[in-house]
Amino acid sequence: MQLLQQIGDWLVVMRRAMARPQSGQLFRRQLAADVWRLGVESLPLVLIVSLAIGVLLVLQIVLNFGYPWLPRFAIGYAAREVILLEFSTAIVCVILAGKVGSGIASEIGTMRITQQIDALDVMGVNSAGYVILPKVVAFVAFIPVINIVSVAAAFAGAFLLCWVTGILPPDTLQVGLQHSFASWYIWAGLIKSVVFAFIISSVSAYQGYSVRGGSVEVGRASTRAVVHSSILILFADILLTSLLK
Amino acid sequence: MIEVHNLYKQFDGAAVLNDVSATFATGCTNLIIGRSGSGKTVLMKCLVGLLTPDGGQVLYDGRDFFALPRRQLAALRREMGMLFQGAALFDAMNVIDNVLFPLRMFSPLSEAERCERAKECLERVGMADALRKMPGELSGGMQKRVGIARAIALRPRYLFCDEPTSGLDPTTARTIDALIHSITHEAGITTVINTHDMESVHTIGENVLSLD
Repeated sequence: MQLLQQIGDWLVVMRRAMARPQSGQLFRRQLAADVWRLGVESLPLVLIVSLAIGVLLVLQIVLNFGYPWLPRFAIGYAAREVILLEFSTAIVCVILAGKVGSGIASEIGTMRITQQIDALDVMGVNSAGYVILPKVVAFVAFIPVINIVSVAAAFAGAFLLCWVTGILPPDTLQVGLQHSFASWYIWAGLIKSVVFAFIISSVSAYQGYSVRGGSVEVGRASTRAVVHSSILILFADILLTSLLK
Repeated sequence: MIEVHNLYKQFDGAAVLNDVSATFATGCTNLIIGRSGSGKTVLMKCLVGLLTPDGGQVLYDGRDFFALPRRQLAALRREMGMLFQGAALFDAMNVIDNVLFPLRMFSPLSEAERCERAKECLERVGMADALRKMPGELSGGMQKRVGIARAIALRPRYLFCDEPTSGLDPTTARTIDALIHSITHEAGITTVINTHDMESVHTIGENVLSLD
């Protein structure tokens, strides 16, 4: 029952948030700030994590699947499938739910408890639209960049491992990465990322916007934002993976 | 003039406002006083529409706030300014951008004219030399002044102040009182102040509503 009420509340808040902005100038200003804070400032984390995963993934495959009957190029092939279809989409988004989701929920929650949202409402501003819409648009629009950077960094990590350790010839890795490649994999990854970005930004914004009380509630909302976003991303991933085959 | 008729508001079955009626006169400082928990804040939130009453009417110069069509309600909201207890400045914006916010959102003026108006408001509250400061760099009294400047930027007909002197030292509190009083009389604004500061009642209270 509580779940149904939360879904209903989320829909009401999102409907208000998706209204046409009252001031194009202020929307653009807010959008630019949110693209920078939610998107560009997430790139270092994505870069480091993706690079490390690229290294670890190839290392683990070489160490655990180094059977004589398995062609060596299959290591690169398996790494590409995992990186393109799952790691750089779902796993990176679960990681970003921690950074971006908690940031959105705590920022909006703090605005709520310090009466900044009340101030917007009294002025006649659509507070949900002003506060939530730029964040959702900014993150959804920037997620393809994050996705591409993550894929590139993970591949770079895989090559780095090969060059530094010699565990696998880089040429063999490259053959594997290019084996049976279809551009649809990239599009499927991008579609999934966009859906996950919408889940993170809208669920976290709703959690922050619904805060009542004090700073303890802001903390709880921030935690709920991360937990709910992560769970929804994983469920959505299962659904999308079966739909985008 | 703001008229309140038989206002009723309850939370979980407990009536916080029970048949409250009052008239807040134009061009003077109207104070709402009462002990803690008497419903001052709930009354003010009902006046500005942050809470919807369970019964009764709030009339702004004859216009029923809770019965107005959306468009007219939006227009009425633009005639209202509010100073919050904690000033409620947008902490991601500096002082001048805070005051410019309602102007950018609603005013048809050019950007240069908006800036001029914002500076005029900040000058009026004695904050003209802090344009680029962030709210976090200001003292409580300074934040309240900027809050007043933001509230008057659109030349409101109705000004609401929730506990404007709470948390301030006595000297700053009297300065804020004097500022609100003079702005009210200069522009003929209907000002409603929610307070438990008896010094404010003595110095600027022209029409006092006591909630028991």
